[in-house]
Amino acid sequence: MRLTCPLCGDRDRREFYYYGAEDYLHRPAEGAPLADLDNYLHLRDNPAGVTKDLWYHEAGCSQWLLVTRNTVTHEISGVELVAGRKA
Amino acid sequence: MPELIAKSALEGRSLNLGGVSLAEVDVGPITSVAVLPGGAKTVARGLKALGLAMPEPNTFVEKKGLRIVWTGREQAFLIGAESPVLEGAAVTDQSDGWAVLSLSGPAAADVLARLVPMDLRIVACPVGTALRSQLNHMNAVILRTGDYAFEIMVFRSMARTAWHELETATHMVAARAGVKI
Repeated sequence: MRLTCPLCGDRDRREFYYYGAEDYLHRPAEGAPLADLDNYLHLRDNPAGVTKDLWYHEAGCSQWLLVTRNTVTHEISGVELVAGRKA
Repeated sequence: MPELIAKSALEGRSLNLGGVSLAEVDVGPITSVAVLPGGAKTVARGLKALGLAMPEPNTFVEKKGLRIVWTGREQAFLIGAESPVLEGAAVTDQSDGWAVLSLSGPAAADVLARLVPMDLRIVACPVGTALRSQLNHMNAVILRTGDYAFEIMVFRSMARTAWHELETATHMVAARAGVKI
């Protein structure tokens, strides 16, 4: 598996660390219902198909990356910087 | 205050084997320049006075003995001389945190290829390339300084491990070259 880091370019899997689902980018606002926090922390989809998750380029540019990939075909269809993302 | 003597991590160690030279090099002061949000313009002005600019990702530029190396998003290392104060950037001295090794010779790329998960052929990695990648399991900044020359920056605490890795790989490449098939 290889990821194309928007800064460093095409890099080997071993340079990256997997963090988890994209959900971690959507932290509920303060005072949100407990159910939202529960969802944010614990509940994950397990799709057969396109999914988005966070990877850390720990042996490269130290950037968090939002990776779009397909769990069925293993195709990586997008890698973007979390830092450059419009919230 | 007593006069303190700066010691390098490997005390200037060097090795020549199979057409490959490995040596510790003293590159002078190393300064991290991390651009603060909104500081790009003033930093560019400050660097322009030195004849430099923030480098493009995966590159380094050398001018009059001064080198600026891309080390991350909005971040670079200024190497070779004390950095002036750069408005709009967090400027920190990193000189004592790094050990720098030079690896040169016709088989230098073959030696590094055993440790670095990157294409190091000159077509894919031309002179002026600066890679943040791994040297085996160690984070490193790898500079392509010549057709047959590299400089490898590792954390100073990893200097002897890096030396061991490179020395072992150099022996293996030399041994491989001596085998007749």
